[in-house]
Amino acid sequence: PLARRLSSPHPSSSSSSQPLPATTEDASDDALFLRLEALGYKVGQGLVERFSRDRPRMVETLDVIKFVCKDLWMICWRKQVDNLKTNHRGVYVLTDNSFRPLSKMSTEPGGNGVLRAQPYLWFPCGVLRGALANMGIEATVHAECTELPGAVFKIETAQKAPLV
Amino acid sequence: MSTTKHARIGEEVWKSRVDKVNAELVTLTYGSIVQQLCKDLEGDYTEVNKQLDKMGYNIGLRLIEDFLAKTNMGRCNGFRDTAESIAKIGFKIFLNITPTVTNWSADNKSFSLVFEENPLADFVELPDDGRAQNELWYSNILCGVLRGALEMVQMQVEAHFASDVLRGNDSTEMRVELIRIIDDELPPGDE
Repeated sequence: PLARRLSSPHPSSSSSSQPLPATTEDASDDALFLRLEALGYKVGQGLVERFSRDRPRMVETLDVIKFVCKDLWMICWRKQVDNLKTNHRGVYVLTDNSFRPLSKMSTEPGGNGVLRAQPYLWFPCGVLRGALANMGIEATVHAECTELPGAVFKIETAQKAPLV
Repeated sequence: MSTTKHARIGEEVWKSRVDKVNAELVTLTYGSIVQQLCKDLEGDYTEVNKQLDKMGYNIGLRLIEDFLAKTNMGRCNGFRDTAESIAKIGFKIFLNITPTVTNWSADNKSFSLVFEENPLADFVELPDDGRAQNELWYSNILCGVLRGALEMVQMQVEAHFASDVLRGNDSTEMRVELIRIIDDELPPGDE
């Protein structure tokens, strides 16, 4: 994908410039995930710093999550989250039925669209995590695309998440 | 085409046919990329400039298609016309800015774009290491975009920044030079 080409490590920094064998696909996906996620993290931090400035302090975790679903989503993706679910134990599931970065992707049958859309969710994951972090909530964020152009983000906050 | 016509097209396309995105999101995303590059390349700013240019080039190769589809433009009437189109239509519809075209060379083959505003560089400060001010061209991705986009319409150009307010210069100026018109051949490195 475009994301990979634009973010692939510079040849001079890694010794192998030939294409990676298929077996390392997972490993390079992980590296790519970390990289895009980290870029998003900084963006999330910056956005929150700028756009939460003139608001009253958000005390409850749920207030912060609502800010993310409404304001932050609006800033980044020009709409609000369609659905928010929580188990009241620190896990929040945000569903966007038409996630903007995926809105123009091909849904051609057999095109593996859902799988190929996945990398485009990594940067937004980082944005969310960075935004939450700057509002005092440590969390892990995972995203999944089950049907284009929808996306589901699962936020697990650190403080209350039960150990599995 | 007269220059006011360019401005009118740019304005109209920007208003009606362009998906907008939050400016801060763009600024922060670009900043985050440059910051990461500086870290990855361990402060080798010459290499950072090169990488930014390359990323821009890859964007430009694709962006020209979007430009043509949105503007429905035909062939430019000479390089001066091209320059006006870039400034008043291209920059307008993709970044909502209109750099000034100026400093034409006598042979009409090179010109400057002077940026009064640059959304990429909002809230930016260069690293305070005594070198970035002399070596890093923060917005260098734009040079690559022009190079890539123009190559797809048979113009090989060389583009580089000549000054940048981030470095403490009075203005931000990009120099664009037409190297040659590419005759019916496939662009090298086309993917």
